[in-house]
Amino acid sequence: MTLTQIVFWTFSALAVLGAAMCITRRSPVASALWLVQTLFALAALFVVLDAQFVAVLQVLVYAGAIMVLFLFVIMLLNLGRPGPSDLKGPVGLAVATLLGGLLFFQLLRGATPSAAGTPAGDTMAQLQQEQGIVGAVARPLFSQYLIPFEITSVLLLAAIVGAVVLAKRKL
Amino acid sequence: MLLGPSLGVSAVLFALGVAGVLLRRNAIVIFMCVELMLNAANLAFVALAQSLGVAGQIFVFFVMAVAAAEAAVGLAIILAIYRHKQTVDLQNINLLKG
Repeated sequence: MTLTQIVFWTFSALAVLGAAMCITRRSPVASALWLVQTLFALAALFVVLDAQFVAVLQVLVYAGAIMVLFLFVIMLLNLGRPGPSDLKGPVGLAVATLLGGLLFFQLLRGATPSAAGTPAGDTMAQLQQEQGIVGAVARPLFSQYLIPFEITSVLLLAAIVGAVVLAKRKL
Repeated sequence: MLLGPSLGVSAVLFALGVAGVLLRRNAIVIFMCVELMLNAANLAFVALAQSLGVAGQIFVFFVMAVAAAEAAVGLAIILAIYRHKQTVDLQNINLLKG
């Protein structure tokens, strides 16, 4: 087992553990903090998978901005104290386990590497050697994918306006 | 190559997210489970980008932008519901139930 594999499996286990705790903890704050662990572990997995820039963004945007927003809303609604459990009863548990397990096996059947075509070696690593870690991502983003990129800015503007309109008591 | 294991971990995380959405009643926790599913999809994108080209990583950026917009609007909706109903428990928000 190489060092890369050891790191990969360690952080995979941490991510899955965080996700499992996130969906079972009673207090929303505990759930949010376990989710932060999952997000950090995923950032480490992104580094292993040759996506260093995505990993940095994962920490900045997800673990930083989005999770702080969640904790902020939990605090604002005063949901921090553990109240009565919001987990559904045995029927809900059975349905969740059944559908989750079914979906998992479906995904495993469909998501085998052979279904993704024959991998052509480490093309991502080669690209990063030639153009740099950020350059390999930035070049296509600002040429081939320029129009989707610009449309994203419109989407974010719409989200800003929508959030203000929804959260304001009286306009 | 860690493509197969990565897709497996991605499938586990996605299934856990779905189970969480089905299992919980607290609207904020359900929202966090949706974020978990988005992240599982991101992991699959990054794993496939390793051998199939950089487009997968660029898609992850778009997914992150959509997730950020979704979090802002969704949490604003939850705030508005709380102001209206004094609860975020989905059991009490059943206006569409016959």
